Amino acid sequence: MAKDKQESREATQPVGDAAGLPRSDTTAALLRELVAHLRQNRNLLREEWVVRIVEARLLTAMTREEIFAEATSVYDSYVEALETGTFEALQAYARNLSERIIPRGVETHEVVGIVLLLRDVLARSLFAKYQADFEKLNRILDAYEPAANRIANTVAVGFVQERERVIRQQQEAIRELSTPVLQVRERLLILPIIGVIDPQRARQLTEQLLRGIRTNRAKVVVIDITGVAAMDATVANHLVQTVEASRLLGATVIVTGLSPEIAQTLVTIGVDLGKMNTVGDLQGGIEQAERLLGYKVGPLG
Amino acid sequence: MQVPILKQGPFLIATIQAALTDADLEQLRSALLERVVRFRSLGVIVDVTAMDVMDSYASRILLQISHMIRLRGTETVIVGIQPEVAFAMVQLGLTLEDVPTALDLEEGLAHLQQKFATGSGAPGP
Repeated sequence: MAKDKQESREATQPVGDAAGLPRSDTTAALLRELVAHLRQNRNLLREEWVVRIVEARLLTAMTREEIFAEATSVYDSYVEALETGTFEALQAYARNLSERIIPRGVETHEVVGIVLLLRDVLARSLFAKYQADFEKLNRILDAYEPAANRIANTVAVGFVQERERVIRQQQEAIRELSTPVLQVRERLLILPIIGVIDPQRARQLTEQLLRGIRTNRAKVVVIDITGVAAMDATVANHLVQTVEASRLLGATVIVTGLSPEIAQTLVTIGVDLGKMNTVGDLQGGIEQAERLLGYKVGPLG
Repeated sequence: MQVPILKQGPFLIATIQAALTDADLEQLRSALLERVVRFRSLGVIVDVTAMDVMDSYASRILLQISHMIRLRGTETVIVGIQPEVAFAMVQLGLTLEDVPTALDLEEGLAHLQQKFATGSGAPGP
């Protein structure tokens, strides 16, 4: 263990110093030898890797040719990262790769899987090469394993980060699409809520509604939550607050479309909806709103 | 700063122009009560459009004004609460329960007129 530490410290020193050391097989030298070996057997190892990717049924969304092309680039960046000890190029490539393959439905386990496969393939070839000299094999692996693990880590993290970026982008897009405030009559607004309400969206909803009440001079607002599947205590309380804030602006709120499940949840968790004006469905809500506004709607004649 | 109180027919209108100190608020409370008695007003409108902060004390005074004036059989309407102020108030639990509210002065007047046009004892034009 102590020897290992000493070796890696030597490796961080400039090359000139390392060359002056009595032992020629420092980590850097071992890595150089390793890289030369990987360059020499590039075609063979790459082939074997692709075969094992296909066998393991990874990257099923891509054709064999595509896998081969990507494998070549990954292999070369991999060897380069081993050689130079810098991971920026590999990181950039991993991000670029993720950007291309995420829309095609490639999963995290596949990306991690192929990098681990490459590590295994290369380790096997090292076993094959140095099987006669166990001492040397050990030292080569000591140099190879930390670097290989770091590469695997870099690629996996790059992929996950890219994925998270895509998810964030989509969340943003959904948020922008959501929750129109619609005027259906003079002084009557409808706010249909569809989908999951998280605290951030709830807050945005309230802001939009309050602003809508002011600009449209609304007297009655119907909030329709038919499209909301579930509601927790936080969101329910936020809804109550929205109703109260609307009242402070002089508007009456009618909540419609509470599903049986939500009704049960709200009563079970004990949210006080006593102050809320609730009607079964949107139609009933609009009818009541019209009554409040003094409209009389019926068939002609 | 004193809050001007205008007499508009059977109603009183108090328009808050700027942020008020606690003393100003108390002064407003007594001045409004005194006028309601003096003019035998039917309704009072407190316009808070210019207030961009409503703390618990201010909201308690508004509540007290409403309750005290109700003892004279007179209704108080709070008008012009800003959307951001409204939501901040609700989050602090200041909901001005059972005090009528309206969007702006016009709405508040309409509310009072509607209420007292049908009620008995409203003075004729």
